Amino acid sequence: MSYVQNTDRDRKMMLDSIGVSSLDDLLEPVPEQFRVRGDLELPGGISESEVVDRFDQIASANRPASSMASFLGGGIYDRIIPAAVRFILSRNEFYTSYTPYQAEVSQGTLQAIYEYQSMICGLTGMEVANASLYDGATALAESILMACSVKRKNRVLLPSSLPGRIKSVLKSYSAGRGIELEYLPFTEEGTIDTGVLKKSLGPEVAGVVMAQPNYFGVVEDAEEISSLVGGSKSLLIAYVEPVSLALLTPPGEYGADIAVGEGQSLGLPQNFGGPLIGFIAAKEKYVRKCPGRLISSTVDVDGRRGYVMTLQTREQHIRREKATSNICTNEGLCALAAAVYLSTLGEEGFREVALQSASKCRTLFDMLTEIPGFKPVFSGDFFQEFVLDLPVKVSDFMEGCRRRGLLPGIPLGNDFPGLGDSALLVSVTERRKREELELYRELAEELGGGR
Amino acid sequence: MNMDDFRFTEEHEWVYMEDGVAVMGISDYACEELGDIVFVELPEVGDAVQQKDAIGTIEAVKTVADLFSPVSGEVVEVNGDIVDDPGLIKESPFEEGWFLKIKAEDGSELDDMLDFKQYKEFIGK
Amino acid sequence: MSRTIFEKGASGKSGDYIHENDCPVDQEKLVIQRNTPMNLPRIGEQGVIRHFCELASRNYHIDKGIYPLGSCTMKYNPVVHEEIAGRGEFGGLHPEQDPADVQGALELMYNLQESLCEICGMDAFSLQPAAGAHGELTGMMIARAYFQDRGEERRTVLVPDSAHGTNPASVAICGFTPETIKSDSRGMIDPDLLREKVNGQTAVLMLTLPNTLGLFEKDLKEIIEIVHQAGALIYMDGANMNALMGIVRPGEAGVDIMHVNLHKTFSTPHGGGGPGSGPIGVLGHLADYLPVPRPVRKGQSYDLDFESEKSIGKIHSYYGNFNVFIKAYAYILRLGAEGLREVSENAVINANYLMNLVKKNFTVKYPGPCMHEFVASSDPLREYGVKTLDVAKRLLDLGVHAPTVYFPLIVSEALMIEPVETEKKETLDQFASLLERVATEAAEDPQVLKDAPVNTPVRRLDEVRAARNPDFRWSPDGNPAEES
Repeated sequence: MSYVQNTDRDRKMMLDSIGVSSLDDLLEPVPEQFRVRGDLELPGGISESEVVDRFDQIASANRPASSMASFLGGGIYDRIIPAAVRFILSRNEFYTSYTPYQAEVSQGTLQAIYEYQSMICGLTGMEVANASLYDGATALAESILMACSVKRKNRVLLPSSLPGRIKSVLKSYSAGRGIELEYLPFTEEGTIDTGVLKKSLGPEVAGVVMAQPNYFGVVEDAEEISSLVGGSKSLLIAYVEPVSLALLTPPGEYGADIAVGEGQSLGLPQNFGGPLIGFIAAKEKYVRKCPGRLISSTVDVDGRRGYVMTLQTREQHIRREKATSNICTNEGLCALAAAVYLSTLGEEGFREVALQSASKCRTLFDMLTEIPGFKPVFSGDFFQEFVLDLPVKVSDFMEGCRRRGLLPGIPLGNDFPGLGDSALLVSVTERRKREELELYRELAEELGGGR
Repeated sequence: MNMDDFRFTEEHEWVYMEDGVAVMGISDYACEELGDIVFVELPEVGDAVQQKDAIGTIEAVKTVADLFSPVSGEVVEVNGDIVDDPGLIKESPFEEGWFLKIKAEDGSELDDMLDFKQYKEFIGK
Repeated sequence: MSRTIFEKGASGKSGDYIHENDCPVDQEKLVIQRNTPMNLPRIGEQGVIRHFCELASRNYHIDKGIYPLGSCTMKYNPVVHEEIAGRGEFGGLHPEQDPADVQGALELMYNLQESLCEICGMDAFSLQPAAGAHGELTGMMIARAYFQDRGEERRTVLVPDSAHGTNPASVAICGFTPETIKSDSRGMIDPDLLREKVNGQTAVLMLTLPNTLGLFEKDLKEIIEIVHQAGALIYMDGANMNALMGIVRPGEAGVDIMHVNLHKTFSTPHGGGGPGSGPIGVLGHLADYLPVPRPVRKGQSYDLDFESEKSIGKIHSYYGNFNVFIKAYAYILRLGAEGLREVSENAVINANYLMNLVKKNFTVKYPGPCMHEFVASSDPLREYGVKTLDVAKRLLDLGVHAPTVYFPLIVSEALMIEPVETEKKETLDQFASLLERVATEAAEDPQVLKDAPVNTPVRRLDEVRAARNPDFRWSPDGNPAEES
């Protein structure tokens, strides 16, 4: 089975028409010594129903977070997704189309992406957003390349509160260009140490990254950071969690030059971490240094409104080695998901997502920190997650919870040895219910109490 | 405009001297080849430039070309009109569509360039 | 007329998608700063569904008809894959769950890696790159780390002039300098020219195989020898792997690093521009440089291995586009070795058959058997003042998608055509007859081509206007391009 529709008879007619006697004649340019002899050693060659059976097996070996009381977050969140999102994404007009190279027959994709760009601008308060990047980590990496390109400088300051996996991606992306990443310490509040930031700024700094809220869930004083950075002529890059933007000041308002983030919260399942969607938005004056596809409205020859990919001279297929980025295929369908998600929830619904996440997070925080031995690690205000110091070893606590169907959070010991091996990042979304929060309290009392 | 004063480079740029200042732009042929120009990026007044250095870019919808400095010297004026309205370049490549004025260090850099007749031969017309 | 969703009224209700807040908190205990609107639409669920279904109707797609974009491998996307990949046991997995709870996912990733190794003849694969260009970038990072480790300062990467633009762009991000190699009159790399270009500075030769003209490098053996003798590596852009499954295993031929595109060769849908997936494979001597973490098998169970001193690190937030892996693995399981070979064989037959039909009206500069695709040229229509762009637009009018146009750059008025194996003979016959019709129209009534398309939701769009005065977002105070 190969979904090939030609019959043997068809193939014979085709070979005759070409004027060769066999397939081997067509493969003549492939040197004999490179030809595979015999069959590849692969399992399979099975019917559709057997494939489904096989995946039943594979699926049954998974116990998804979404089926448990999950307090895992750290960038990927277990959220409520309206059915409209999957319905639209399963339309073959969207998912089986290619990148919109022929605009006249791709207006559906193009307009949807234009609307997505508009919504990202609405959330971030920025002037221009692109059609998507792979994920939050690569979006941040691209924004650093962009800032260095705008400023023609190679030094960037970042908060050391970023998770190790993002730092690793940034290192991979910046090494080749000789970009120097300098990590700033965090305070007892869990925020960027602005004193150190002040000292580290200087004419050689291309950009400063802040995360809002940061990986610890703590809300930074964006105004203060922005005024420090702005005064130094470096670019301010805000790495933002999109749901938080319903409640927090948008980066466009506090003067960020570039806003990026991970958009999984906007209607994508957790999917074991992919596909995700990186968004990037910026001040319009930097648009020619922006990576990736950009969609613009325009008119056709009859004056009707339509949409096209634009400023393509920035991109790899035209500018090749001088392109702003090498990205080609991005996360188009995920951008559509985000547009449908935001449209379905609307302004009030999306704000409700943020409000409930924040209130439930605060509720759980209050519940847990009342238990002896469970202490907040940072004193700063938080949005939908916080770091908790446990009276017991994180791994024991996690295992005990997991057995009872609750995932209590992400251990931070590996990424932040300074926090010890008892720090846990606890995330709470709108999907959680009071009874799950109460189960967490019970487990905390049970597993952490009296020791 | 006297075309006899114009000199041309093989990159389809033109230049003429006016009181020690080189005025430059791109030829009508270059405009045709590029298609509709949508954006130009020019150096700033005061920038020091070297002959044959890439000092800017000229973008059409699906092509991009480097702008090379025809002479060495200092940029003394840039044509803001073509930045605001790149369509002007094609409308008037040899007059209103000029790009830069560069105070030339050495006027003799023009000596090796093509004159109008030679340039026409160069582009096969 | 297609209004944006923002213009379709603002009175709709938000609807109760979220349960009532059972944990209300005094708002003073929360950080609430924002006092400006987000400008999200408010048109209600039915309004949203109607809007996006209307947009859907303005798209061409593979389930509608042939999609012969060269180098894009637009093949049928089996529908069962969507059903499987949509299961909650996959979608609901958080990437930081305990390995004990994600055994199925890890097994799937491990098996997919192993299958790709077998198909490509490589020793190890990482699934982390999220697209083909991301795979290239990862490959270049691996090459850089490898030479750094050996204490060798090699700065240049050779890239044929027929290569995709992503190749030189990926090279540049890594700090290498791309150097172009001109293709010879056969459309291939000339070993003598290569010999002149290769030196102690050469880090990598990037090769697309078959190349973007649809040709298999005749001198591959010699090319690989020249590069290896100079101590450099061979990178293969595997975007065209659809021609080679069960026919050539690049690793066996001497390719050191390569990527494949799951969204091309392995039938996962392209989604109108992603998500894709561009796994990267290497031979044994480079395996330690692959991104971490790597799914590994330990006895009967699976785990993620984060340890590797030499690894380039991470290039994606987590493990890559997992949901895409599900579909690609389902495809490989369904087809098996024999099915995959049948794919490539039929891709080659279809391309040669179509090329033979198209040759009547269009030039094929590099004739002779092609692999899975070929490049035609509209040069013969120039005398009627017709360009490739006009041909493409007229094809849209006739109800099919156009081939890739103006690429590769080394062919004038290029039409790059990849029919893929899942199109049947009659479809190819119909497509060829449409191309013939367009060629005839070009001679008899070229204006029809220049006016095309007229049957599409919009006609030719003003790209100059979009580039000079771009409008990237709808805003309440300024409408996008007005309709007359």
